[in-house]
Amino acid sequence: MIPLSYFLVVGALLFSIAVAGIFLNRKNMIILLMCIELMLLAVNLNFIAFSHYLGDVAGQVFVFFILTVAAAEAAIGLAILVTVFRNRRTINVEELDEMKG
Amino acid sequence: MTFQLFVFFLFSAVTLLSAVAVVTMRNPIYAALFLILAFFSSAATWVLLEAEFLGVVLVLVYVGAVMVLFLFVIMMLDIQIDTLREGFIRYLPVGLMVAIAMAVELILVMKSGVFNRDIPEPSPLSVSNTESLGEVLYTEYVFPFEIAAIILVVAIIAAIVLTHRRRKGVKKQDPSKQVRVRREDRVRLVKMKSEEKQ
Repeated sequence: MIPLSYFLVVGALLFSIAVAGIFLNRKNMIILLMCIELMLLAVNLNFIAFSHYLGDVAGQVFVFFILTVAAAEAAIGLAILVTVFRNRRTINVEELDEMKG
Repeated sequence: MTFQLFVFFLFSAVTLLSAVAVVTMRNPIYAALFLILAFFSSAATWVLLEAEFLGVVLVLVYVGAVMVLFLFVIMMLDIQIDTLREGFIRYLPVGLMVAIAMAVELILVMKSGVFNRDIPEPSPLSVSNTESLGEVLYTEYVFPFEIAAIILVVAIIAAIVLTHRRRKGVKKQDPSKQVRVRREDRVRLVKMKSEEKQ
């Protein structure tokens, strides 16, 4: 009933919105992490759509692993964020430039 | 328009609109809440694609754990929203340009007909998605599965080590210091003359 391309287009739009979000909120580290989550969601949607239309369950297994790694990434990212805020009292990306040469 | 198509359009529209809200909201709390809405509605899309198990996992793991973690962190940190919003307007044109160019390119490829597939028959009710996923997960993909477990353990340890803070003024034992202590640190023998009897 629903062609495969519809799902792919939704995934593409979701990914583009997330890319725009990274450009717009380039100072706020929390929103940047959220945009990465949105990108992963778009990728997962593509994986599941292909898995359904090709009749192969491997795509869903991949989504399973992506979810695992994304959860780990979010946990570590937020831990780094908390540490940065504790040391610098800010999460503004522009001010975190100690490593700049 | 069939019912399935209606459900698809409804949930994808909600997903995309809440994604736009995530990137444009002033307050990070609202952004996190809209991200929850995006996850929820795309879980519905996944169920439409007969991936029921992953739809449930998305709600449980993402909405239940990851987003709650996000909300915790946002509420714990004292964030000045105004300074973080600077440059939103400045970067709006270039951000929109990149996003639109990317979306147009992707949609051109997706719609080009390379990805035309026959619409699969809905699988019979007797076939369980969880069962078929588990069958390959514990046989063919058992080593990746173990590695995923290790990654989770490493993430737990890393999160604890990163956020662990040693507070000052807490009296606690340090066994290595206790073991390493030498006699000279504790006892000082002083030689002195005994006083004369008067």
